[in-house]
Amino acid sequence: MDIFAQQLVNGLVLGSIYALVALGYTMVYGILELINFAHGEVTMVGAMVALAVMGALLGVAPDLPGILVVIGGALVAIPACILLGYTIERVAYRPLRQAPRLAPLITAIGVSIILQNVAMLIWGRQYIAFPPILPQATFQIAGAQVSALQIFIVLLSGIAMAGLWFMVQRTRLGRAMRACGESREIASLMGVDVNRIISTTFIIGSALAAVAGLMVSAYYGLAHYYMGFMLGLKAFSAAVLGGIGNLGGAVLGGLLLGVIEALGAGYIGDLTGGFLGSHYQDVFAFLVLIAVLVFRPSGLLGERVAQRA
Amino acid sequence: MIAALRERPRLSLALLAVLLAVLPFVTGVLIGQSGVRMLDFALLYVLLALGLNLVVGYAGLLDLGYIAFYALGAYFYAWLASPHFGLHLPFWMILPMGTLFAAAFGVLLGAPTLRLRGDYLAIVTLGFGEIIRIFMNNLDAPVNLTNGPQGMDLIDPIQIAGIGFSGTQEVFGLVVQATHLYYYLFLAFTLAAILFAYRLQDSRIGRAWAAIREDEVAAAATGINTRNLKLLAFAMGATFGGLAGGLFAAFQGFISPESFNLMESILILCMIVLGGMGHIPGVIVGAVLLTILPEALRYIGDLQRAMLGEVVVDAANLRMLIFGLALVLMMLYRPAGLWPSRQRRRELTAEGEVVRHEQESLVDVQR
Repeated sequence: MDIFAQQLVNGLVLGSIYALVALGYTMVYGILELINFAHGEVTMVGAMVALAVMGALLGVAPDLPGILVVIGGALVAIPACILLGYTIERVAYRPLRQAPRLAPLITAIGVSIILQNVAMLIWGRQYIAFPPILPQATFQIAGAQVSALQIFIVLLSGIAMAGLWFMVQRTRLGRAMRACGESREIASLMGVDVNRIISTTFIIGSALAAVAGLMVSAYYGLAHYYMGFMLGLKAFSAAVLGGIGNLGGAVLGGLLLGVIEALGAGYIGDLTGGFLGSHYQDVFAFLVLIAVLVFRPSGLLGERVAQRA
Repeated sequence: MIAALRERPRLSLALLAVLLAVLPFVTGVLIGQSGVRMLDFALLYVLLALGLNLVVGYAGLLDLGYIAFYALGAYFYAWLASPHFGLHLPFWMILPMGTLFAAAFGVLLGAPTLRLRGDYLAIVTLGFGEIIRIFMNNLDAPVNLTNGPQGMDLIDPIQIAGIGFSGTQEVFGLVVQATHLYYYLFLAFTLAAILFAYRLQDSRIGRAWAAIREDEVAAAATGINTRNLKLLAFAMGATFGGLAGGLFAAFQGFISPESFNLMESILILCMIVLGGMGHIPGVIVGAVLLTILPEALRYIGDLQRAMLGEVVVDAANLRMLIFGLALVLMMLYRPAGLWPSRQRRRELTAEGEVVRHEQESLVDVQR
């Protein structure tokens, strides 16, 4: 089997999940210039809720087709995350909109800690397994082995991204969002209800996060109260790589980061003569992040913005 | 009584000195050895919080990977004073080198990132902290530098004038526990650090940091070399971290990557946010409070068992939950901390007034 092709496929699948989460970061940043630190935790909650619902469904009706169970999980997880994202914005970020920049960042860290610990209280410290209900079929494509799940993940995230793009570029709501990204004050003078737009942004981002959480837990076969942290960091790195505030950039950054990680983990052993192994996989996201910030702080697709005082 | 003491600063200072001197003995009698150990840790955390306060409170650079410097200091000490490499250098040689080592990493991290805006810096420093921890966890092969997740043990205790800080020792005819000796050593370092931080605050450098914190563009326009000064803030913060790390390694005799996770960074940040960013007494209070509070919370586990028959919420979990809540609530209701500096409180209320006026004149445009 061709290792390169295989790692490329793995990277693209992982990357499309990163991209979904990165979209949540980048949308919020585009409007509020706030790093929504708790976004990774929203993803985790999505995964946990979905798994809990799926477990309950299987307990009641063990013969239900796998796909229906997954849809059932998503149908509860998405509204749960939407409610969570909306509440976080209302309680922790909105009162601080006029405060110095550090303040909302610190509350965001606080919210993230709270969510982690509440999740630990509810679901415990152990890993929760994804029920083995998905089809196990695999295909050979260009020397790589691709599972049905991988294809499904890439397709679904592609659809979600296309939908988001359409909404932002072609609808009234999207236009209002873009206007708020340019300037909240002027948008409000043009009759845009800024608060409603910001809430909507959090809602959309959280819904995407729920989907991404479900995908991650299906892909790795497990979920954990701490899973949101690393995922959030990597998605944020992806958003910065693509140019934060830029939707296309988040997608590009997510895919690139996924591929870099997969190829890096696959080849780091050979490159360093066995000195560093694949357990350094998590380091790549940070190295990419630091490299981007040093050489092209505006990201691949971002515009150069003058520093604001 | 407090008013009376305020009028006589020398007397109150003398009282404070006596209090600090007898504190470990009183604690030892009342709570036992574990209480004295707690005091030692409180002092280490004060040292760390003072260091992070230089970076976050003075210069306004949010550093979420501060614990990495603590880790570097600790591992540096362990390398030079344990059987791991067979080196057993005295602490007065290792600590200065260790602090320089940590400071060098501070500059190394700061150099590429300081052109960035505050929130990017937060994420990059967080990433840096994680990278250091991942390396500590994995650098047991092919060359065994850190012994991986098992950590390094048998680290030499500190030794001064032939007195090793371990077990019970006889000093000037008195039988003293090692934890007491560490208390006085840490107290000396902490007092020096407090003095240093105060002097720094009023120095040219400290005022330049304040200017950068308030408005970086304006600071640069008045001729402040913002890049160098921010690097200096990072290096100095790292120095404190490295020093505390070295002391920690000697005190514990054992270190592992587990001690240096992200939550520790956030814990130290909580200390200065809770106490009052940029205000030294506030930071000290915050650090002491957050070291002792978790110990007190242990009793909540017993309380639950007594009242409900089982432990519903375990103490570590509850501790983090309270920290998270405290961070959010503090930012919402007391953004300047429990004990803010007078100047900062004035600034915050004045700013609030201005904002309120602006909002009124805009007639609910924002709402």
